[in-house]
Amino acid sequence: MTVPLLQTSGLTMRFGGVTAVDSVDFSLAEVELRCLIGPNGAGKSTFFKMLTGQLVPSAGSISFRGHDTTGAQTHEIARLGIGIKTQVPNVFNGLSVFENVYIAAIRTNPPKRARMIVEEVLGRTGLTDIAFRIVGQLAHGQRQWVEISAVLAQEPDLILLDEPAAGMTYEEVVRTSELIREINRAQALIVVEHDMQFIRMIARTVTVFHQGRILVEDSVDAVLNNQAVRDVYLGKQAA
Amino acid sequence: MTPRSDWRGFCAVIAAMLVVMFGLPQVTGLFGLVQATVFIAMAMVALSQGFIWGFGGIMSFGQSAFFGLGGYTYAVAVLNMGDSSLPLVFAVVLPAVFAALLGYFMFYGRISDAYVGVITLTVTVILFNVMNSTAGDIYHIGNAPLGGFNGMPSIPPLNMPGDASAALDPEQFYYVCMGLLIAVYAMLRWLLTTRFGRVTVAIRENETRAMLLGYDPRLYKLIVFTIGGGIAGLAGCLFTNWGGFISPTVFGLSQSAQIIIFVLVGGLGTLIGPILGAVAIEFVISVIGTQQTLNADLILGVVLVVFVLLVPQGVVPVLRHAVQSLTQRRRRVPVGAAKEARS
Repeated sequence: MTVPLLQTSGLTMRFGGVTAVDSVDFSLAEVELRCLIGPNGAGKSTFFKMLTGQLVPSAGSISFRGHDTTGAQTHEIARLGIGIKTQVPNVFNGLSVFENVYIAAIRTNPPKRARMIVEEVLGRTGLTDIAFRIVGQLAHGQRQWVEISAVLAQEPDLILLDEPAAGMTYEEVVRTSELIREINRAQALIVVEHDMQFIRMIARTVTVFHQGRILVEDSVDAVLNNQAVRDVYLGKQAA
Repeated sequence: MTPRSDWRGFCAVIAAMLVVMFGLPQVTGLFGLVQATVFIAMAMVALSQGFIWGFGGIMSFGQSAFFGLGGYTYAVAVLNMGDSSLPLVFAVVLPAVFAALLGYFMFYGRISDAYVGVITLTVTVILFNVMNSTAGDIYHIGNAPLGGFNGMPSIPPLNMPGDASAALDPEQFYYVCMGLLIAVYAMLRWLLTTRFGRVTVAIRENETRAMLLGYDPRLYKLIVFTIGGGIAGLAGCLFTNWGGFISPTVFGLSQSAQIIIFVLVGGLGTLIGPILGAVAIEFVISVIGTQQTLNADLILGVVLVVFVLLVPQGVVPVLRHAVQSLTQRRRRVPVGAAKEARS
């Protein structure tokens, strides 16, 4: 069997007496697109933060292409080729759109090549016209795309997106879903999302979290028709 | 701002500084030049504070610690060695090394911004107290008595490199100081255009994003802090040269406060702002010093309050914004006029 791109085994996070994530075994193949869903407090964000190094797990291990990253610093994990978009947009507010993406590209590329990457990425995300606007003055949806552009400019092998569609209009959500499908041609993605419509637009395999454990892992249709999932998550929304 | 307007602004500032450098001796006498020299030393330390705070996002309340260390290092070294060339180098290197050590513990210890302020403040207070209690013959380094609260008098001035007998006269020293200020300013401006500088500014904007992109903010902050320490040390060396004297007051709280006020008045996030702020405030203080009615610290306090309340960004950003909106309006008018002419 080939080595998975990302694998966790027995991953656990305890906060005092609360076990937010309880021995999760998770595996992602190369160039796979995976959605993580689950009700509030299911442990998605905690799981996500352990993957990105923002939290150090209480137990268990994480490996990226067989390389152990448990407890590594965030910048070390990023250097392995993992691009991360956080839930609340983390962008350089005082800098231009161009500079935001350039800073991402310049880490591993010489200036000329970095500039080419920025132009190409801004073309893909449709931000070329506002390249020299200051990011702090942009609308929320545009700032989300600036962050996605920065992540793309890193040219990572795995992209982690935490609620990329949050606060976007319907048209923006559609465009984001198209972008994610396009990215998935060459790069693996993990998308944490609440918006079920959005999940339907992009998803192939869905992992459902509930009370810190993986409840189900299946294709999007199977998950949406699963009674247990409906009970813990969708049922509540329908009610 | 576009790179081209940045470049034009840089050339304009350098040209203006050169005009001042060579113009001032034509319009003022020796007394004026000597006074200008101490303003330049203060402008240098303000520049270091403006760099680490405005671009590195590091709130240091103790830039006076490196300023004082630079001064004392020069004094001790030159009294022992005679020739001033190496002591000048030491006065930059030693504070920089000290800043690197202090910075290592602060940034790699992941201490939050507020505590960086507290620690730097404490360090300068400690140095003040240590130097204050070195009075008496037993406290000396080589041939240099430290003098405690009395300070160290008759420190030899800079001399021509390699010739200890050819001391610089005050006018030559003025040129050296102004030249160094221009050089340091140009170096920092250049640094900010490099990959290192751009990432440093990005870290100031959002440390988490920088980490997520694979940068280690601790290292960048440490380097910025170290450079700032070296520049402050150079400023301290110039200040000591200017008076031929140094005492523990260089580590004092009012000295640290003054440096912060220079930056706030001139404008945080610019390099020329702190320079202008330092010169303007030093000038005001020296004018106040000629009369007895008003206390200089009182005026300085009022200036700080007025600026924080009314011009929180400082003078240079406000002026720059005004000039930009003026030139943009001027550009817009002909376009509108052309449209009207067509219709």
